[in-house]
Amino acid sequence: MESLIWGYIYPNEAEIQWSILIVLYPYITGLVAGAFIASSLYHVFGKKEIKPVARFALLTALSFLLVATLPLVTHLGHPERGIEIMFTPHLTSAMSGFGYIYSFYLIVVVLEIWLSFREDIVKMALNSRGWKELLYSGLALFSYDISEKALHDDEKFAKKLAIIGIPSAAFLHGYVGFIFGGIKANPWWSTPLMPLIFLMSAIVSGIALLILLYLASMKLRKHAIDHKCLHSLAHYLWIFLILDVTLELLEVISMKYESLEEIEIINRLLSDKIATTFYGVQLGLGIFVPFVLLLLVGIMKNRETLKMIMISISSVLVVIGVFAMRWNVVIGGQEISKSLSGTLTYVPVFFSQEGVLPAIIILVIPFIILFVITRILPPWKDMEEKV
Amino acid sequence: MNLSRREFAKIGCRIVIGATAGTAMIESIATNGIAAENSPKGDYNWKEHYWGYLIDTRKCIGCGRCANACKLENNVPFDEPVYRTWVERYRIVNKGREENVTIDSPNGGINGFTDDIPAEQIKKAFYVPKICNHCENPPCVQVCPVGATYSTEDGVVLVDYNYCIGCRYCIQGCPYGARYFNTEKGTADKCTWCYHRITKGLQPACVEACPVGARVFGDLKDPESPVNKILDKERINVLKPDLGTKPKVYYVGLDREVR
Repeated sequence: MESLIWGYIYPNEAEIQWSILIVLYPYITGLVAGAFIASSLYHVFGKKEIKPVARFALLTALSFLLVATLPLVTHLGHPERGIEIMFTPHLTSAMSGFGYIYSFYLIVVVLEIWLSFREDIVKMALNSRGWKELLYSGLALFSYDISEKALHDDEKFAKKLAIIGIPSAAFLHGYVGFIFGGIKANPWWSTPLMPLIFLMSAIVSGIALLILLYLASMKLRKHAIDHKCLHSLAHYLWIFLILDVTLELLEVISMKYESLEEIEIINRLLSDKIATTFYGVQLGLGIFVPFVLLLLVGIMKNRETLKMIMISISSVLVVIGVFAMRWNVVIGGQEISKSLSGTLTYVPVFFSQEGVLPAIIILVIPFIILFVITRILPPWKDMEEKV
Repeated sequence: MNLSRREFAKIGCRIVIGATAGTAMIESIATNGIAAENSPKGDYNWKEHYWGYLIDTRKCIGCGRCANACKLENNVPFDEPVYRTWVERYRIVNKGREENVTIDSPNGGINGFTDDIPAEQIKKAFYVPKICNHCENPPCVQVCPVGATYSTEDGVVLVDYNYCIGCRYCIQGCPYGARYFNTEKGTADKCTWCYHRITKGLQPACVEACPVGARVFGDLKDPESPVNKILDKERINVLKPDLGTKPKVYYVGLDREVR
């Protein structure tokens, strides 16, 4: 234990309070916000080339959104009292808004999905028998109007909803950044840039995850990949990577340039505690390499397979890099003492309430949910018509 | 009286709504009434006091009796690294032209301190007792998502153990490391200035245990209280004043190295 501590930490700091589960929380909400924003590129901004994945992106967002509360509740000392955050929120706390923002966003995503799938649901309800008929009739809310006018109204409402959805997605995740950015006690967290950094990294992680899930689904279903769609996603990933790295570097550079009281401990954090995960994984592998690869993809002509491989590698790296970013914020911030005179080391435990095992389980669940929902609501209709 | 089904339903609804509203009103008056008298039981009126704490670092000898007394008084586990109060030792060593500061607080200073640096190398050394600052502008209260931690009328920051959800945001929010997680209760925990003692006219356990009078506790509303007597004549500092937390633990003889 002692060897994990350098310098002087306050005696109460020997235990790291926010473990790997709290790393997962912003990671998962980030994936949700990113996937939703990717889908709104089509739904709101009318980017037709994104259409093949637009509905799939919504289902991805929902699958991850459904587990977003799990790491938090699992981590609580009194999970049974967690609901008090909804009943008696203490409004000066950044955290108290969580229940409301989360619920509101869940409603927006579910409504958006319902509207985008309504036509399919009604058709399936009309064309099936037995329990399937019951299921789809229920999902259709026993309303079977799919006249052209009704569908047009759906689309109009869906667009309005997506317009509300974008700020709420941004708010859901920017707000998570504020939970950390608003803590003046911690110099590694306390910066007004934090919500923006969280938002940008959320968008890149969401788009990258969407690319990977799209490619995997097409491989599994033995369908041709829509390269135009893939390249468009890669293009947006590249743009948001630039915004993301600009903010992340701005934060560190201004900290180093201003060199306030806490600079010595921040330097030690960056050069010792999280050197590998920050410079190596978050910035190097997670941003720089994908940036170069995606730049090449943009320049190269033809060679679709090679480009696809490069985009896949970039996406894997981005998804890992953003996890490292969450780790560096959540764990890194707790590895420096608020005495500014020492550091400590977080050693993850495997089997425990806040261990690696529950973290893995929580991270696997959304993929299972996604698998099930895509069975009930196949999002690929648009493509199949084309193929 | 003949009532149609519709009229009957109408009247029925009114009765139910009226009764519910009435009960709610009575309930809210009752709870407000309780809130106004939330002051601890007995003769104590929390509106008459506003507590403050003073530490004269020049007097502290690092015996650790305060930290020990605190753990005994408040059932703070001895076998866990959690403390409501602790003592830090600062030693400034000359190494050529460079100054080197070594800070430590082994087991919160409960067992005192051992000499592991030759005395002739030490230029300056001193002890600094630490405790919850019961800030006037407490970040821990600000960040609690359910309002389980709160400031009392008499200026003490407390935790409601029956309400705390154990999210530990307050532990992150405290700049002084004064809070810890109570694994037994599953909640945040911290110094209460021995609220169960001070509301009965006693001193906090740490103040009573200090053999040299380095710790002083008193009512800031009482001009004759020992804390006010010292505040009136000494030059005072608080920890991390730039964070705007307005601590109510005042320090005499605070060195620039202390954070």
